[in-house]
Amino acid sequence: MKKMIKGALIASTCLMGAAQIAQAEDVEVLHWWTSGGEASALNVLKQDLEGQGIGWTDMPVAGGGGEQAMTVLRARVTAGNAPTAVQMLGFDILDWADQGALADLNATAAEQGWDDVVPDALKAFAKVDGKWVSAPVNVHSTNWVWANKSVLDANGIAVPETWDDFVAAVDTLSAAGITPIAHGGQAWQDATVFDAVVMSTGGPEFYKAAFVDLDPEALNSDTMVEAFNRMAFIRENVDDNFSGRDWNLATAMVMNGEAGFQMMGDWAKGEFLNAGKVPGEDFLCFRFPGTQDQVTFNADQFAMFDQGGEVSAEQSALASAILSPSFQVAFNKVKGSVPARTDVDGSDLDACGQQGMKDLAAAASSGNLFGSMAHGHAAPASVKNAVYDVVTAHFNGEYDAATAAEELATAVEIAQ
Amino acid sequence: MADTSSPDMRTRLQNWLPKLVLAPSFALVLFFVYGFILFTIYLSFSDSRLLPSYGLVGWENYSKLFRLSHWETAITNLAVFATLYIVICSVIGLLLAILLDQKIRGEGVLRPIYLYPMALSFIVTGTAWKWMLDPGIGIENTMHLWGWESFAFDWIKNRDYAIYTVVLAAVWQSSGFTMAMFLAGLRGIDNEILKAAQMDGASNWQLYRRIIIPQLRPAFLSAFVILSHLAIKSYDLVIALTGGGPGRATELPATFMYSYTFSRNQMGIGASSAVIMLMTVAAIMVPYLYAELKEKK
Repeated sequence: MKKMIKGALIASTCLMGAAQIAQAEDVEVLHWWTSGGEASALNVLKQDLEGQGIGWTDMPVAGGGGEQAMTVLRARVTAGNAPTAVQMLGFDILDWADQGALADLNATAAEQGWDDVVPDALKAFAKVDGKWVSAPVNVHSTNWVWANKSVLDANGIAVPETWDDFVAAVDTLSAAGITPIAHGGQAWQDATVFDAVVMSTGGPEFYKAAFVDLDPEALNSDTMVEAFNRMAFIRENVDDNFSGRDWNLATAMVMNGEAGFQMMGDWAKGEFLNAGKVPGEDFLCFRFPGTQDQVTFNADQFAMFDQGGEVSAEQSALASAILSPSFQVAFNKVKGSVPARTDVDGSDLDACGQQGMKDLAAAASSGNLFGSMAHGHAAPASVKNAVYDVVTAHFNGEYDAATAAEELATAVEIAQ
Repeated sequence: MADTSSPDMRTRLQNWLPKLVLAPSFALVLFFVYGFILFTIYLSFSDSRLLPSYGLVGWENYSKLFRLSHWETAITNLAVFATLYIVICSVIGLLLAILLDQKIRGEGVLRPIYLYPMALSFIVTGTAWKWMLDPGIGIENTMHLWGWESFAFDWIKNRDYAIYTVVLAAVWQSSGFTMAMFLAGLRGIDNEILKAAQMDGASNWQLYRRIIIPQLRPAFLSAFVILSHLAIKSYDLVIALTGGGPGRATELPATFMYSYTFSRNQMGIGASSAVIMLMTVAAIMVPYLYAELKEKK
């Protein structure tokens, strides 16, 4: 039976191969960048490749976090027809590499010196067992706070430096009758805030012990209880209708002066820029109070799927194009993130982008660059979702802080 | 020789033909339904995560499943949802059927009106109710605009009540269908018995309570079987209406199974939850089938 299926697969692959010889060799790219800005950023890459005579078969699968895209991918790979390159996040890359599905890009990487320019924290996801398997596109940092400058000025609030400053600022805003915090009540958004709160409450060592090493004692500790208490404070200061709101609608609340702050990754900046707002004048960007030296990141990468042993010329060209400094700047200007290599000139980026690059370089050299739990760069998908469950249940009032910390340790243990 | 064997061939062919015709579909169902049920059962004992994998781990997935508070939420929600959904649908369906059965004019127009929601997919129902129930744009907002400022109806955003909004939408969708089933049952009751009872001086109330409703037993049974399996497998309605939220408050076993299998890379646990769901359906269906088959004898 197995032999028959295999035979049929080989026969059909041969047929498809024969059909494709007629066209120029294409790259088939699976991704979920379907919004206007993202699509035009991808065009930069497409044109670069077309200049080299390589066709681009677009395979977009809509859906924010790429869950649908991953379902499509699973089906394609199981059917023995993997796309050339797939947009992927963090531990998904490692999981696929473990299945032996990814190509070895070492030759290209050595030729272009990727090892010297990509930060180690990113390499942890792009290199598996010493083999480069994917090309990082950008670095988003997730511990940003976005604020409406005129709202803060009108209430005499300076940029909060510590948690206590932040509490004071929030209290001032709610006394003034403005929703202090704009937030969308979706599990991943709750978790994004939780990342920053844990980092700020327990510091980088605690963050690492809890979310990277998954130490049960750290997960169920007094510090974690305190972090949950701070989450409860944030919950008290969002509006009543937050549940299920999309992140960009929360961003719009800050933009329109209906709310003071939003804690969200730097993709929120794209919304401000799209609306013609100027960083420093209309809106402020600063690190979550108490995490000024740290950066929690997630990085989009294009994982290259094995197409029968060897890395094709097209795959190699695609990977080089992705890591070329000109693409990195052109793309990240639109996307809101910062380049994945540390040696590019960022003077084209806006003020927030430049600060982001500076923070990233500083954090990378001081060992303060950490993968974001909420975005699947600290632990595998199963653990990430277990954390989502507890954080969102607590945020919606199901547990008190102590129970939540207990549940967190149990849920993470089960998910491993 | 040839003459004697040819009618033999023909009769043999006639005997075999029905079997031959049925064979392909039988094989397909055997493989794609029962084969995959067995495959899922196997997966539930395996260490599968991202893709199916075949190392056996015994009962580990099941023990993990029952330690998950998330699964507990899903099961509790299913109990609340299924009970209310089945009871309310049956009651409303029965009432509508009885009212429609009063030989009123325009029944031909009214019946499809009640039945129509069933023609919509649960996704449509979910989306429409999501908008209506949203306090920012729906009923609550409308009442405020009409001047009833103190009106509050924010169940969909409240984790204690959100599951009842799922019941609300599901009942709206299915009670017309149960009405049709009961109506068919009512029409099947022998008029002679009713006339005889009326002659004996039974009031309308007694008529329904003592004679008609007890005779609807088969209709009740089919309604129960159909509604309960709809409840156990309901997925699309929750996804469209609340997305499982607020938090994880409206998670049901079906949404649980999908997320663990396909987006959380814990295929083993997902498979074990699917097996539990299958067992639940079987626990309802097997006695029903048994009763049905027994009656035929």
